[in-house]
Amino acid sequence: MRVKRLLSAVAAIALLPAVAQAEGELNIYNWGNYTSPEMIKKFEDTYNVKVTITDYDSNDTALAKVRAGGHGFDIVVPSANYVPIWVNEGLLLEARPDQMENFKNVDERWVNVPWDMGRDYTVPWQWGLTGITVDTSVYKGDINTSSIFLDPPAELVGKINVAPEMNDVLFATIRYFGGEWCTTDKEVLKKVRDKLVEAKPKWIAMDYGTIEKFASRDYAAAYYWNGAAMRAREKNTDVRFGFPKEGFPFFMDSVAILADAKNPENAKLFMNFIMDPENAAMISNFAKYSNGIKGSEAFMDPAMKDAPELVVPSEFQEAGAFLQSCAPEVNEFYAKIWTDVNK
Amino acid sequence: MSASDTPARIAQRQKTRNRWLLSSPALLIVFVAAIGPLFVMLAYSFMAKGDYGGVKPWEFSTDGWFGVFFSRDIFDDTLTIADANVTIFLRSLRLSLLTTLITLAIGFPTAFFIATRPARMRDVWVFLITIPFWTNILIRTFAMQEVIRNEGIINTVLVATGITSEPVQILYTDWAILFGMTYVYLPLMVLPLYASMEKLDFRLVEAGYDLYANRIQVLRRIIIPIVKPGMIAGSILVFIPSLGAYVTPRVLGGGKNMMLGNLIELQFGAGRNWPLGAAISITLMVLVMVALLVYVRYAGRSGGQHHG
Amino acid sequence: MARSFDVKTQPGFALIAAFCFAALYLPIAVLVIYAFNAGESIAVWEGFSLRWFVTAMSNTAVQEAALRSVVIAVFAASIATVAATMAALATTRQGTYPGLSFKYAVLNQPLMIPEIVTAVALLIVFSRIKVWTGYTGLGYLIAAHTAFCIPFAYLPIRARLESMDSALEAAAADLYASPWQAFRRITLPLLKPGIMAGFMLAFVISLDDVVITEFVKSGGQETLPTYMLGQLRRVVTPEINAIATVFLAFSVLIVIMFFFVNRRKA
Repeated sequence: MRVKRLLSAVAAIALLPAVAQAEGELNIYNWGNYTSPEMIKKFEDTYNVKVTITDYDSNDTALAKVRAGGHGFDIVVPSANYVPIWVNEGLLLEARPDQMENFKNVDERWVNVPWDMGRDYTVPWQWGLTGITVDTSVYKGDINTSSIFLDPPAELVGKINVAPEMNDVLFATIRYFGGEWCTTDKEVLKKVRDKLVEAKPKWIAMDYGTIEKFASRDYAAAYYWNGAAMRAREKNTDVRFGFPKEGFPFFMDSVAILADAKNPENAKLFMNFIMDPENAAMISNFAKYSNGIKGSEAFMDPAMKDAPELVVPSEFQEAGAFLQSCAPEVNEFYAKIWTDVNK
Repeated sequence: MSASDTPARIAQRQKTRNRWLLSSPALLIVFVAAIGPLFVMLAYSFMAKGDYGGVKPWEFSTDGWFGVFFSRDIFDDTLTIADANVTIFLRSLRLSLLTTLITLAIGFPTAFFIATRPARMRDVWVFLITIPFWTNILIRTFAMQEVIRNEGIINTVLVATGITSEPVQILYTDWAILFGMTYVYLPLMVLPLYASMEKLDFRLVEAGYDLYANRIQVLRRIIIPIVKPGMIAGSILVFIPSLGAYVTPRVLGGGKNMMLGNLIELQFGAGRNWPLGAAISITLMVLVMVALLVYVRYAGRSGGQHHG
Repeated sequence: MARSFDVKTQPGFALIAAFCFAALYLPIAVLVIYAFNAGESIAVWEGFSLRWFVTAMSNTAVQEAALRSVVIAVFAASIATVAATMAALATTRQGTYPGLSFKYAVLNQPLMIPEIVTAVALLIVFSRIKVWTGYTGLGYLIAAHTAFCIPFAYLPIRARLESMDSALEAAAADLYASPWQAFRRITLPLLKPGIMAGFMLAFVISLDDVVITEFVKSGGQETLPTYMLGQLRRVVTPEINAIATVFLAFSVLIVIMFFFVNRRKA
């Protein structure tokens, strides 16, 4: 029977071993479209290890899946504010990357970080920040301010996109009113909510994928990540990136080994491997963010080396801060504000 | 032999057994991979929320359920009905109802068209309806963006033909959500309609015309009553999933206004309030289930009257 | 009897159907056109090129994901259609009987819960099973997909059955056909359009699923939609369009085959 034959052919495909034979294996669980295939190929060839990459699209999904167990992953790449949660819940292996051979390459700035002092658990993968992207053919004023999306100038009204990220948006808005991140000061938070409710009708969208829209000139401004701004500038030369002087959030995704990893030794090899400047540069060249490894600039695409989006000017250095994980009650409060804004 | 074991009774019992046997595979699959796990969710809705997502196991709390119906004002602590939830629910309800009506209005004639093709061509037409859906929803939604954006096809045509002087902002409005959902759910309406229309006996239709009925009367009195099961099935398949739609409001609506799917997703994501997410979805499920059973019962009964 | 007009038409219906098909294929046309874009954008045309097909050809990750999507969809839709057909036979044209509403509610339940909730619930249950059994294969995804495909297969089949009258089957029984013969020779052929509609719906629904797959998948089990979800936050290139175009080409090929097979039969 035709149907039967078709089914058995399909069954044969389904039962094929998912992973080819290799000396060892390494299962990486990372953000989608974030891992340089070239770098993985090099790692596989160097150590004769078969690497499998699986994608996630949010920190919360990754956390929920690993916490539930039975995942089979060795490596995960959580964002800075999530690392303490992973550590506290005992999900990470204390891999001591600070004692690895290539650790000397890590930029001093990224060694004593609040989420992993001295780097006992994680090594830098990539870092960036959320700031202001503006099409300067539409608006010519100061772009180093959050007022671009909170109190938008008339030229930009109806052409602003804001990343649909609760923490990043609330961070910038709280700082806009002089508050500190994780504040519970109701006066500030009331202003924050009212401002967001007032500003939202002036935005066109809260969406991902701004690069396209700057190229097609659907958007004239955005509160979005700097790596994306750089790529948008490559498509539309009028695009410039601003660092909000009131305050903006940094992010850094860091590589960590899971406590129940099946291939911890290969995972450690990988950690050491990505702290090599040449390999770190491959990561950046693929995903277009800075990596935190000294000397990697030498191997980076020229277009990235001098990109103004990737270098924080010294006068704005102070305005940036890492998003920390707020206390549960505070987070609940923020989620309520966010629901209120988006209802 | 007791009096109850008459042959009729035995046959009846056998019939009951067969019914259960026949339906058991489907029931089993749904129980194992959909309903069973939901009991976990039900349990979760009565637990305290975990600090960073998840729940605190075995710590009883009704905060989740409380949050479905009431909200404590975040600033002055006054207790009110959860108006954010209600607003979002009503928006979802409105858009889903409209989607159902539009897909029905477009889907009915389309299904009728397919059902009246020569028998050997019908499968080909059915295939043609589903082919666009072989590409996945995300990329289809991106392509929709292309069609409705300001420099997109629709606006180019509108401006070029002078119907409007300026492009009409469709993208990132509720209209875009409506367009998108209609597009996404159209086959879910067309196929069940087709399935019940396909065997429409045109001798009945002819008889209708012979009795001097006009086309509208034939449609209302003969065709619709026969294809009613298909209309019901299609409406269910469109209406219910669109209530929880997630991708379309996100990509086409610009994500500025939440629908129920997005509200629930927030609780399991950055909102870190799993019990509330669980409670909202169980509430939704109960509402829909009750509405469905009432609807099917009512629709089934009134379907009979039309034949009279 | 002179028939002055075709009884099989209703005014405007063909026009609406034409509109419907045009609307269905317009975005698809856009998608296919941009698969040939020389630039990196799915929205700004920069000239004709086949580069994205070349990229897709050398991207084994995305090919495996596409193949995996199809395998899951074929399994899930087939199992769901068989189970749903049986369930439809047991719940239709029987009058009301105790347990009918219960069955109906259960079979439709997967529709009523937003995907994210089923996804999280399945994550919790399946990961326990993964830990206990050590099995992490495609079976979990197929089971999850089968479950949510069931109502999509069940409702069209049931609708078809309800619109069928049972006189023919009764006649077959009168002629001493066994219930199985009556089913094979009478019911099944009559039911075919419903089964076909149900299967097609289940198939595309499975192909489309993102959220449940994202939560249930084990390591290395990327499907095309989850692969795309990962790209969403970063940058979406016409590579995806190229893959979709290949998929479309396949499905059009199937339609053409179908067309010729049916024509020969006729």
